[in-house]
Amino acid sequence: MPAVDPASPSAANSGTANSGTANSGAAAGPARDTPAARKAVLAAAEIRRALTRIAHEILERTDGAAGVVLLGIPTRGVPLARRLADRIEQVEGQPVPYGSLDVTMYRDDLRLRPARALGRTDVPAAGIDGAVVVLVDDVLYSGRTVRAALDALHDLGRPRAVQLAVLIDRGHRELPVRADYVGKNLPTSKQEVVRVLLTEVDGEDAVVLSRAAPAATASTGSGA
Amino acid sequence: MNRHLISAADLTRDDALLILDTADELARVSDRPIKKLPTLRGRTVVNLFFEDSTRTRISFEAAAKRLSADVINFSAKGSSVAKGESLKDTALTLEAMGADAVVIRHSASGAPARLAGWVRGTVVNAGDGSHEHPTQALLDAFTIRRKFGRSAGPGPGRGGSAPGGALDGLRVTIVGDVLHSRVARSNVLLLHTLGAEVTLVAPPTLLPVAVGAWPATVSYDLDSALPKTDVVMMLRVQQERMNAAYFPSVREYSRRYGLDGARMAQLPEQAIVMHPGPVNRGVEIAAEVADSARSTIVEQVANGVSVRMAVLYLLLGGAEAQS
Repeated sequence: MPAVDPASPSAANSGTANSGTANSGAAAGPARDTPAARKAVLAAAEIRRALTRIAHEILERTDGAAGVVLLGIPTRGVPLARRLADRIEQVEGQPVPYGSLDVTMYRDDLRLRPARALGRTDVPAAGIDGAVVVLVDDVLYSGRTVRAALDALHDLGRPRAVQLAVLIDRGHRELPVRADYVGKNLPTSKQEVVRVLLTEVDGEDAVVLSRAAPAATASTGSGA
Repeated sequence: MNRHLISAADLTRDDALLILDTADELARVSDRPIKKLPTLRGRTVVNLFFEDSTRTRISFEAAAKRLSADVINFSAKGSSVAKGESLKDTALTLEAMGADAVVIRHSASGAPARLAGWVRGTVVNAGDGSHEHPTQALLDAFTIRRKFGRSAGPGPGRGGSAPGGALDGLRVTIVGDVLHSRVARSNVLLLHTLGAEVTLVAPPTLLPVAVGAWPATVSYDLDSALPKTDVVMMLRVQQERMNAAYFPSVREYSRRYGLDGARMAQLPEQAIVMHPGPVNRGVEIAAEVADSARSTIVEQVANGVSVRMAVLYLLLGGAEAQS
């Protein structure tokens, strides 16, 4: 049963879908000689500062992180949630529960790609009922991952409120979703790929902007 | 991965590990208050059972329902098969109804492979004659992996989880009616793929002719095999498939190849006792062994749902594989 959901626009959040307009746009667009030009947008120190600021914003917005549960969205949201929890604990002296929320089974683009491996869902033992859940992800793009995360949360319990923290907001929303905490707003074109690299997963901290390679760019960190 | 799951031999080591890792994550859904995922919403899974089955059919049904698929149960009794309808005509009927997956159990070896050529959907073999039962082998491997601490666990990898390991170096002894057992064949193939050392123990009359070509060693003596085994898997004596005398008496079989308390005591400390069910208590396994702490019989059933969810998700959840 192919194309059950033709209404869903291209699987834009992987950077794989180069539509026809995208190709013609690339021809007319600004001259870039190297197709895979890699530009570092954030260095390790800037990521560190952004996370520290987000941690303080969470503390302000939630009255000292009372009742807050940080849930990272795999892959790279999970170490980010852990780092935010560490920072909040350093400031307040109180540990903040954190975990991970895998949204793979709730995605609306499952049928567009081969079945993929699942990440781990690890909710703190106290659960999320009545908590202020802060979803943490690396890049906010179409908003579809966040939509899936809201569905996944719904099956786990009933939080008092849900907020969203992202390291990068690159625009191009396809759903009415916005972030409560943003590390950096990064205006991008749809032909570009944003990759967040984190020491825990990639061995280094950086945010890298590159042109979409014409071949399969199955970069996991590019979409949210 | 292939579009169908007909034989355990279709699975590469990576395929098998992906299924087991996926099952590890899906098993956690069973601990939640809402044991349901929306992944296969709108897809139809037909359970086509030409042969009696309790746990496999229920297990597939539960797995499909937890993934929100629509499930149609079909059993040969009370259907047009009783009026003489052929497998092919039944298949075309399913096709016309738009089945996305057909889970088939049939008494004829090779029926699922034939069916796969007739329908557009995915075919999952739920046991065909004395040929194969791949999801049973997967759930057995899953159970072994859990018992020996090799499951996917917390780690730095995707979503903070570390992929689980294979079964390298584990010694598995499969005992009993290998000749009629689809479970044995699938297990030998899969456990070998996953790196386990498999020994088959059975009376010579209950070993298939070509057993020499299987990736396993063969022994006729249970007592010498037991002290050197980590997993002992007892097979059911399939009286319903026996049209000749394969052993002098059930009592003699039980004395030589049955697992009783005294034999269980010869096993190494960490060893586990498995049985695919249904159990013939007092024939291949004594009641005290089946109910002992080493027995994983009930766990195997629970794991069956998670493993079958993983299989259905990986075969049906993504884009249609180009095959």
